[in-house]
Amino acid sequence: MYAFKFERPTTVRQAVNLLAKNEEGKLLAGGHSLIPVMKLRLASPSVLIDLSKVEGLSGVEVTPRSVVIGAMTKHKDVANSKELQAVMPGLAAVPGSIGDPHVRQVGTIGGSLANNDPNADYPAATLGLGATIITSKRKIPADAYFKGMFETALEPDEIITKVSFPIAKKAAYQKFKHPASGFALVGVFVSKRGSEIRVAVTGAGANGVFRVPSFEEALKKRFSPKSLEGLTHTAAGLNSDIHASAEYRAHLIGVMARRAVAAANEKGGAED
Amino acid sequence: MLPVSMTVNGKAVTATVDPRTLLVQYLRDNLRLTGTHVGCDTSQCGACVVHVDGAARKSCTMFAWQAEGAKVTTIEGVANGEKLHPMQEAFREHHGLQCGYCTPGMIMSAIDMVNRKGNDLDDNTIRHELEGNLCRCTGYHNIVKAISAGARAMKG
Ligand SMILES: Cc1cc2nc3c(=O)[nH]c(=O)nc-3n(C[C@H](O)[C@H](O)[C@H](O)COP(=O)(O)OP(=O)(O)OC[C@H]3O[C@@H](n4cnc5c(N)ncnc54)[C@H](O)[C@@H]3O)c2cc1C
Ligand code: FES
Ligand code: FES
Repeated sequence: MYAFKFERPTTVRQAVNLLAKNEEGKLLAGGHSLIPVMKLRLASPSVLIDLSKVEGLSGVEVTPRSVVIGAMTKHKDVANSKELQAVMPGLAAVPGSIGDPHVRQVGTIGGSLANNDPNADYPAATLGLGATIITSKRKIPADAYFKGMFETALEPDEIITKVSFPIAKKAAYQKFKHPASGFALVGVFVSKRGSEIRVAVTGAGANGVFRVPSFEEALKKRFSPKSLEGLTHTAAGLNSDIHASAEYRAHLIGVMARRAVAAANEKGGAED
Repeated sequence: MLPVSMTVNGKAVTATVDPRTLLVQYLRDNLRLTGTHVGCDTSQCGACVVHVDGAARKSCTMFAWQAEGAKVTTIEGVANGEKLHPMQEAFREHHGLQCGYCTPGMIMSAIDMVNRKGNDLDDNTIRHELEGNLCRCTGYHNIVKAISAGARAMKG
């Protein structure tokens, strides 16, 4: 690991100023993506700006129409939120499926969305619900936020402060885990909110998370796994690596989408 | 270099370290508490698990300065003098280890598991909760038995 300095701001404004001042600076949240890549020397920030002392960035707030989650809220606190489980168990199940208990006690939603790992789980839920990413500068709709593998619409001196998820009556996530890493080989998040249907896929795309308009159209007629029968996803543009071929991933998209719709219909998306 | 202070196993400690120093290095190299192991250094194996302010964490994936002012408990801090912690005793009783490399992390994770999930843990829960702890020797079976018994013994 290369040498660095660190700062511990206590307000978002201080953190933004530190980012603006240090071109090679990087925010540190749970560190569970950043520290491993620093060890590999794939990241070499000159300054780490630790967000752990910044007030007001944690918590899950349920309002009549939305669930607002602070950027520094840990995976376990989202997964265990009784209020969230009551209104949208399908969203609570997403952080519950991340990594292992130790990772969930440290990793944060803001870190996950800023990182935008092509196999991460939160991007699927964020795009699959049409959430809004709230930053120190503006509000970014999910459809305009994800820009490709490890790429987002965030500017260098922009900090995620919250994420607002609209409450969908039906929402569920189904993840086919890589047996060793636990990351999604393919994960599909589906939601139905009034007439708006969304299907978002993580793990499969060479450019990260994406929506499947043909599946969404089919589900508009009837929100049932049957509506997806016979529909396939093309293997073109999907990842192919030692873990799975593009064809296999394409097949899994159909399987996971049908399972997710079934789960969303069953109990609003609670995990088994 | 900067001084980093915290409470480890009930004792106030300070050491002057480079900001790059990981918590596990601080514990092992500066404090000579070598019970906490490094199995992978890539955040996967859980051999380095300690408790930081009551929660289990992989100490290889945290800088020492992030624990400034925190209360840290390592495997050296769980026994009561000569008397083993009930979870340690259960690992001995049920042969929950072979080479012992993963064991400190297993025990710290097991105690955290009981703190979060209670004393009556079914095998399925224990196996899921162990997703972040790898053992290359035992095949896990006796570890699961040990945790189940240790969890009950922790009740009283
Ligand atoms: C063993 C292991 C297993 C894992 N398994 C999974 C899994 O199954 N699924 C999954 O989705 N993830 C998994 N992860 C990743 C985990 O969820 C990370 O915690 C998460 O991706 C990053 O969150 P963090 O808080 O640790 O961020 P950090 O590592 O601190 O930061 C990540 C990046 O985001 C930036 N950042 C952090 N906070 C903000 C903010 N508020 N605003 C703007 N930028 C910010 C940082 O500068 C950095 O570039 C795993 C990690 C490990 C170590
Ligand atoms: S040494 Fe920390 S997880 Fe393996
Ligand atoms: S006992 Fe050898 S690694 Fe677990």
